[in-house]
Amino acid sequence: MMGGTMLIALLAASGGLFVAGAFGLVSRRGVLFQLISIEIMLGAPALAFIAAGAYHGNAAGQGMYVLVLALAAAEAALGLALYVRLRRGAAAEGSVGDSDGISELKR
Amino acid sequence: MNAGLAFVFALLGVAASALAATRTNAARAVAFLLASLLALGAAFFALDATFAGALQILVYAGAVVAVFIFVLITVDSSARAIDQEGRGMRQAWPAAALASALILAPLVFAPVPADPPSSVTPSTTKDVGTLLFGPWAIAVEAASFLLLAALIGVRHIGGRDRNEEEG
Repeated sequence: MMGGTMLIALLAASGGLFVAGAFGLVSRRGVLFQLISIEIMLGAPALAFIAAGAYHGNAAGQGMYVLVLALAAAEAALGLALYVRLRRGAAAEGSVGDSDGISELKR
Repeated sequence: MNAGLAFVFALLGVAASALAATRTNAARAVAFLLASLLALGAAFFALDATFAGALQILVYAGAVVAVFIFVLITVDSSARAIDQEGRGMRQAWPAAALASALILAPLVFAPVPADPPSSVTPSTTKDVGTLLFGPWAIAVEAASFLLLAALIGVRHIGGRDRNEEEG
């Protein structure tokens, strides 16, 4: 049993998570830090879904969480593969290797 | 269900996330990401979402963070890279402040929703399974296709070049 005030409080915490992740995503140049920030941003809707599901007593909240989880896993795998690829190129050139380098990746 | 406890854990998660997003040391950033994910998992347990809490700890804090730790060995921790990170963060805070205001303002001015009727019961893992493998089966199939596409994409991006193997 959860009151409406508590739902708003949890949604605000979820907004705080999203803001922390968005700040990291726009301010960082390192791809690994940007990926960490995206993981944080994906945690925000997960918390919002679970809180709303608990408020309404509806299983759809946890169902949506499972789908968000699958998206996060796919994103982390692809992002880290791009990062490893980028580091390999940057090590050869001797550059720092920030996210701008991804547009120059090619086979 | 203890919503107050869940809110405390969610605040812990927000604090750990803010620290993770602002560290210039990659190992510390990953450690704070792990702390944030575990705090969210605890909040899910406090909200009686036991299935989601277990998945959060097993898949997020277990598998995803383990992959991040594998990638840590390739991180550039030279003074030049760390200085670039710090400079970017000092320049970007006005944009971040604007974004926070835009995201949090609707919540501050939103009407507080009414308390739900006391007949609301927490949904069990069985309810979640019935939903996912019944009416939402198409969504689960789409998620499995997404994971398959990610698998093939990682194999394609992460594989070595042919000329690299020869050389």
